[in-house]
Amino acid sequence: MAKMTLEQLRILREEKKGEMIKRDVEGKNIQIIVGMGTCGIAAGAKQTFDEIVKSIDEHSLNADVIIRQTGCMGLCHVEPTVEIVMPGMPATIYGKVDAATARDIVVKHVVGKTLVQNHIYDRPAVDIVKN
Amino acid sequence: MAYKHFILVCGGTGCESSRADDIYKELKASAEAMGVQDEVQIVKTGCFGFCEKGPIVKVLPSESFYVEVKPEDAKEIISEQIVKGREVKRLLYKDERQKDRIKVEDIGFYQKQYRIVLRNCGIINPENIDEYIARDGYAGLEKVLTSMKPDDVIEELKAAGLRGRGGAGFPTWRKWMFSKGVESDQKYVVCNADEGDPGAYMDRSTIEGDPHSVIEAMAICGYTVGSTKGFVYIRAEYPLAIERLKIALQQARDYGLLGDDILGTGFSFDIEIRLGAGAFVCGEETALLQSIEGNRGMPIPRPPFPAVKGLWGKPTIINNVETWANIPVILTKGSAWFAKIGTETSKGTKVFALTGKINNSGLVEVPMGTTLREIIFDIGGGIKDGKKFKGAQTGGPSGGIITEEFLDLPIDYESLTSLGSMMGSGGLIVMDEDDCVVDVSRFYMEFCVDESCGKCSPCRIGTNQMHAILVKITKGLGTMEDLEKLEKIGLAMRKAALCGLGQTAPNPTLSTVKRFRQEYVDHIVNKSCVAGKCKDLVVFSIDKAKCIGCSLCARKCPVNCISGDKAQKFTIDASKCIKCGECFKACKFSAVVKK
Repeated sequence: MAKMTLEQLRILREEKKGEMIKRDVEGKNIQIIVGMGTCGIAAGAKQTFDEIVKSIDEHSLNADVIIRQTGCMGLCHVEPTVEIVMPGMPATIYGKVDAATARDIVVKHVVGKTLVQNHIYDRPAVDIVKN
Repeated sequence: MAYKHFILVCGGTGCESSRADDIYKELKASAEAMGVQDEVQIVKTGCFGFCEKGPIVKVLPSESFYVEVKPEDAKEIISEQIVKGREVKRLLYKDERQKDRIKVEDIGFYQKQYRIVLRNCGIINPENIDEYIARDGYAGLEKVLTSMKPDDVIEELKAAGLRGRGGAGFPTWRKWMFSKGVESDQKYVVCNADEGDPGAYMDRSTIEGDPHSVIEAMAICGYTVGSTKGFVYIRAEYPLAIERLKIALQQARDYGLLGDDILGTGFSFDIEIRLGAGAFVCGEETALLQSIEGNRGMPIPRPPFPAVKGLWGKPTIINNVETWANIPVILTKGSAWFAKIGTETSKGTKVFALTGKINNSGLVEVPMGTTLREIIFDIGGGIKDGKKFKGAQTGGPSGGIITEEFLDLPIDYESLTSLGSMMGSGGLIVMDEDDCVVDVSRFYMEFCVDESCGKCSPCRIGTNQMHAILVKITKGLGTMEDLEKLEKIGLAMRKAALCGLGQTAPNPTLSTVKRFRQEYVDHIVNKSCVAGKCKDLVVFSIDKAKCIGCSLCARKCPVNCISGDKAQKFTIDASKCIKCGECFKACKFSAVVKK
């Protein structure tokens, strides 16, 4: 994109805000967000990420799922962390997600719409931007 | 068929011990008894923190947060909430004190954390500027450029009460005003991302997770003080943060949010990255500026302060990453909102990197005025392995150890200073009964010896002398006069050292000599280290009454100093023992004694 004017920045913000609220990116409504800060990567987030990509591929979910990365959400003691946002399920943060757990999450949570035992953690704080 | 409700039962070790398992079973049984097992999924989770209030049960999607739940409550949760759709009010978490302190009436949240600096970390993709923009990113810059004069920005920061997060807590608005008031053909804006305290990593995480918040804030500062050029000084050990910052800078340039004529307003500003080689002293502002200029990183006397005479002799605003990350939100949400958070003298929040002997280590952001007890026990989930809390080190090698009696003191700049510690950058290292304060002080002093730049003698010689005395004490060779010497040298360094590093280097030692004097005396007079950390003072032996002669200790011993015949009593040859503690760890009968 070329340099913006004030007007263009405002339009872009409103447009993207809508996308973030709907959590609907490029027509895909399931988001899998992997924490890729230094702590996450050190704990194996890259392997987790790859396993999710593979697993999503195997279940032919590519049309519905977008896999994103984000920074550290503060839960360093349970890295790697993965958040799943999808219709019909509460937004869920999983911790200590190794490759096997990543597969489990795709099969049980994304496909089966059930939560995976023992790996759920709490979002540390409310979102001040939304409030 | 998909579930309509989810019940999360906290499965952390704290809650497990307070019967979370029984609650889980009762909930399942009740759900089946009432025929709703297909509507609700009941799962065990990881630790939710809040272990003091455990067991915790959370119901989704209604977000009901129940505390101190008993197995007998399970039936009511199922019958009321799942069958009838009503919350069980008596079990809901209430914390009036917290609410009153933050004074954000419209947020009925149970979390102790409040995220301003880390607002986007863990939510946006840091490599995508659109996601930052979608979350009110660059709205602060837009507002400043279109509707505010530089003086208005300074007034806003003054009303907000923002103070520097890098250490001493100097009011940000005042620094900016100094710089704005100086006539100069060029001024500079610098971000201090040379995070060097052992155990601190909030600046790294902020840049990795939300690089644009720093860029936006620096541009706002450029407009306010009349500067067109910024530098981010970041240590080369942070490759991912550097990479993401580079991507962010390029995206901002492509969008016209950096560069010439930003958003068509006529204001121009750009930022360059400067890599630091990892010297601790370069986190000190004058040394950092020297380093940017290409000189050896050594502090120079202040005044003149950098805000008046900094980089290449020009007025320079230098703030730390966390301070910068606060600024865009203050401008978009307003100073009144910000000033409501925190204490009388310290507004807003503070990010801490919580590490050490703590269950839930991690980055936490809490309103100023939160107590150490809330951070360690509610958010951090308490001390590992149920051990006893001994102290918490704030501010790294510049800070001090805070003891149990001050756990309930609301934390802000003033309260920490009054305890002989300091806010510092926000490392928070938790220690338990197995940590020896003399050994910890020795570690920090060793760090300062290594990192002292050597320019001024109080720091160069003082750190060395203090270190030598501390080593002597940990070896059991100390005298009571040494304690006095430590205090004398420490106080002299505080007064006479050139920069913050030297002035604060004695803090860990001085604070422990004061608060843990008995432990120093034990080392000196009784030649004993209660924590068992100081190897020279520890003697391992075998309690004959308990030893069953299994020979496990002898097989583990790396220097073969344990002898005995199988099924007979074993003995340790103290003259050969290297005090590694392997036998102590190995013995299943507590027969190895450490004294």
